[in-house]
Amino acid sequence: MQSEGLQSIDQAQTVNKELYEFKNKRVSIMNKLMPVVLFLCASVSVLTTIGIVFTLITETYQFFKQIPILDFLFGTKWSPLIPPKSFGVLPLLSGTLMITFIACLVAIPLGLASAIYLSEYAPKRVRKIIKPILEVLAGVPTIVYGYFALSLVTPLIQSLFDSAGVFNALSAGIVVGIMIIPMVSSLSEDAMSAVPRSLRDGAYALGATRFEVALKIVVPAAFSGIVASAVLAFSRAIGETMIVTVAAGSTPNMTVNPLDSIQTMTAYIVQVSLGDTPHGSIEYGSIFAVGMTLFVITFLLNILAQYIARKFREEY
Amino acid sequence: MEALININKLNLFYGAFHALKDVTLTIPEKAITAFIGPSGCGKSTLLRTLNRMNDMIPGTRIEGGIAIGGTEIYSNEVDVETLRKKVGMVFQQPNPFPKSIYDNVAYGPRLHGITSKKELDEIVETSLKSAVLWDEVKDHLKRSAFGLSGGQQQRLCIARALAVNPNILLMDEATSALDPISTLKIEELAQELKDKYTIVMVTHNMHQAARVSNQTVFFLNGEVIEYSDTEKLFSNPTDQRTEDYISGRFG
Repeated sequence: MQSEGLQSIDQAQTVNKELYEFKNKRVSIMNKLMPVVLFLCASVSVLTTIGIVFTLITETYQFFKQIPILDFLFGTKWSPLIPPKSFGVLPLLSGTLMITFIACLVAIPLGLASAIYLSEYAPKRVRKIIKPILEVLAGVPTIVYGYFALSLVTPLIQSLFDSAGVFNALSAGIVVGIMIIPMVSSLSEDAMSAVPRSLRDGAYALGATRFEVALKIVVPAAFSGIVASAVLAFSRAIGETMIVTVAAGSTPNMTVNPLDSIQTMTAYIVQVSLGDTPHGSIEYGSIFAVGMTLFVITFLLNILAQYIARKFREEY
Repeated sequence: MEALININKLNLFYGAFHALKDVTLTIPEKAITAFIGPSGCGKSTLLRTLNRMNDMIPGTRIEGGIAIGGTEIYSNEVDVETLRKKVGMVFQQPNPFPKSIYDNVAYGPRLHGITSKKELDEIVETSLKSAVLWDEVKDHLKRSAFGLSGGQQQRLCIARALAVNPNILLMDEATSALDPISTLKIEELAQELKDKYTIVMVTHNMHQAARVSNQTVFFLNGEVIEYSDTEKLFSNPTDQRTEDYISGRFG
């Protein structure tokens, strides 16, 4: 009896091992390979950034070996192509800042107002229609905005101000402003919609009007997001190229008159890149120095945006 | 006790949903009236019609009348902001603004045009004293309101409501998010406030209604089933459904 029992256990032990073959080489290689592939994909953008910064730095360094950095940073005459050559970046910087300033003057009030409308006033149906339209505005190619500036806004400005030239900073600045409205309004609206309903209710219950609730409760509570959107829009305006190339002209000009033709840093880079400037020449090097300046400014602005967003965050 | 609020055949619809059905009710002045009933019975909805907070909800439609001190509050001539100033509200979740304790209380007065620092200081102090919070916060009025405990935050919200000098105070389950000790403090506060203010409170806790209110209204499915002096309603209800509810047979 006992031996029979043992025998049956023995029989049970002869399992069909083929059924329990867990190793699958193909799958295990895939599992090991996948993270590597994904990592490589992710590193493309990181490596590109490093490459760009590296090129900028080395070329800029070469440039500054010929032109003293102080002459570049504080010089008030930019004449890289026509002798006597002069490489003072301030005219380009002032041109860029004027465009950016005008653009922000247009975009921040309008963008904020539309964000307040969308988040506090607009019925659901209206918001569903307007928000996508605003986002389409953000997708219009900037060259189209450039033509819009040149063919519509500039004639309008010229009919108002006789002294305005065909190329002027005002026209380009306004259109850059229009271009960045969606950025301000969309990001601000997101921040404002995130303010909890209970805060609004609390203010309404005290007898606040809709406008007071928007201005004194929602905007302060969403302030960090609003400031971040404004700074992002600012750095977007600084870097804008096509509109200013088409509509603002190519006259490096230390002026505060927005009706004058100016040149921005980006427009200068376009001008030199498109021309037949020989590789390695000093003019060629100058676009890297200007590019580096632009890069440092936008980089600092982005850090500033993050700092402000953190500093002014109101907890709720 | 004279009737201050007269609600007459009030019907309220959220879209197609009939939330309040033929509600007729009077609420006495300078007393505490409690609305009780199971969830979804319409008690909060009725409370929110008293300061027209339901106006915010799209698709709300109202028929019938609510008069406060003889004025129809849903008439076109009524200024909603002035009404809300006179009919303060405290919510279920404490909802202080992301500002300092001082600025929370001063928010309403500033909104209504008071700018003098001295006047604001006075209002802040009296409001915080009325809400029995002054002693706890007087030394750090500039600190964020979020540093306070839940019960303190709720008393701050009461102080904030009192600061605009209302006549009526609505409390929408104002203690349901609080611990028992904080709840007790708010209940004691309500008792003190009723000498000066008319208080209407919604509570899902019928023991609370029994403890603090003078008049109790029992709601069921959007209808007022019964209302009377609290003592009478709890000891000798006339409607079988009221008796079933207060004895815990449902809800």
